[in-house]
Amino acid sequence: MHKEGKALVLVLNSRDNVATALQDLSRGTVLRVGGNMGRTVTVSEKIPFGHKIALCDIAAGSPILKYGEVIGYASQEIQAGSLVHVHNVKCTRGHQQVASDDGRKES
Amino acid sequence: MEFWGYRRPDGSVGVRNHVAIIPSVYCANHVVGQIAAQVAGTVAILHQVGCSQVGADFELSAITLGNIGRNSNIAAVLVVGLGCEKFRALELADRIAKSGKPVEVIGIQEIGGTPRAIERGVCIAQRLAQEVSKQQRDKVDASALIVGLKCGGTDATSGIAANPAVGVATDKLIACGGTAIFCELTELFGTEELLARRACDERVAEQVRTAITDMERNVSILTRDEAYASRRELLAAGNIEGGVSTIVEKALGGVCKAGTNQIQGVLDYAAIPPGKGLYLMKTKGHDAESVTGLIAGGAQIVLFTTGRGSPAGSAISPVIKITGNPRTFQHMAANMDINAGTIVEGKESLESVGARIFDEVIAVASGKKTKAELLGHTELFSVPRVGAYGMVV
Repeated sequence: MHKEGKALVLVLNSRDNVATALQDLSRGTVLRVGGNMGRTVTVSEKIPFGHKIALCDIAAGSPILKYGEVIGYASQEIQAGSLVHVHNVKCTRGHQQVASDDGRKES
Repeated sequence: MEFWGYRRPDGSVGVRNHVAIIPSVYCANHVVGQIAAQVAGTVAILHQVGCSQVGADFELSAITLGNIGRNSNIAAVLVVGLGCEKFRALELADRIAKSGKPVEVIGIQEIGGTPRAIERGVCIAQRLAQEVSKQQRDKVDASALIVGLKCGGTDATSGIAANPAVGVATDKLIACGGTAIFCELTELFGTEELLARRACDERVAEQVRTAITDMERNVSILTRDEAYASRRELLAAGNIEGGVSTIVEKALGGVCKAGTNQIQGVLDYAAIPPGKGLYLMKTKGHDAESVTGLIAGGAQIVLFTTGRGSPAGSAISPVIKITGNPRTFQHMAANMDINAGTIVEGKESLESVGARIFDEVIAVASGKKTKAELLGHTELFSVPRVGAYGMVV
């Protein structure tokens, strides 16, 4: 784990494409991220404390990575600097297809 | 590392010295509550089972209540039965008596109703409470500790501060030879492979995968019908408002509290670990059921992380509340024991907070009371039911 941009956000793993806000972030705030903080991301909308911000553009259907693991998939195109949350992330765990008692597969 | 604890006849060590009044069936709840209210040093363990049960459902209740009575925090037990129930008071008493602690039994129908049962129970409980009050704490090795790990009221800080800090404390406990049990299979979807990699052998790895995927299958069966489309969300409103977007994100954050040690085994609900180290117990995400399972498994203390602020506690084992949300620590200071929000504020390292949590475990083990104990919180007791095809519901 390492903190970026004067402890404004937390990036948990170098594979992550989202960061977690350590305080409310307002539009226009510039975050310095990446190795040696060479890259910048500009906050494009209000990101509440604890919520996630996209560190790069994420195509629809692409994985959202946090803790170095896939936490879900983008349900629409996500631009760098925007809020990543339930409105644009989809996860189907817990809603698996199960075989019914007579062996047919049902959703 | 040592703490001051109560040595029990079966070799276990308690961190509290309760006399437990336990009904074999819920019809005895009121009598149990009235006895406990009149005798200092007693705790009432009220529940909703014991009547009209068969098969796996009956067996799970019997094992759970029996192992609860065996928990080392309980020095003596009074079982109160009704007389006609499926779960006989004598069976519950026998299960608990295997621990070597004093167990007495009364029956409401046999004695002749509520006031007489309360009077007899108060006399017995008073005698037991005075007897156990004579026991002193001894200096005991920390390897006698079994700590339960739980999160509830999760928000985004849980997975980045509170749970990782607990993970540091869990590692310290296991390094001392102690035992830690994590649980909540509904909160582990997405972590089955990373946990399987941490299993001590391939047999346990397969048990880990199966436990999590079986639970996911059960949840899918419960929610697949279109009639329940509005009830499919696995996250709670508080999780979402707190910044958690998916059940996998929640799981990856939750699993941090188990630290880095190998998983020695997967325990059935309410089962006692066969050895030391880190174990996974098969519970659902229900806070009360999970904590009940952990305490039945022998946990003398529960580390409970909460971002949103859960106040709940247990009558049997002290619940230590840890929050990684600085606002929650301040706003609900009366309920929070440890502030891990200093991590989020950049004021303290994970290692430092983890060390503080471990120190708190030792202090609470030796007698320090938690905020939940002091305020009288006892919500975390619930025995799960088993439905069709062995699914724990």
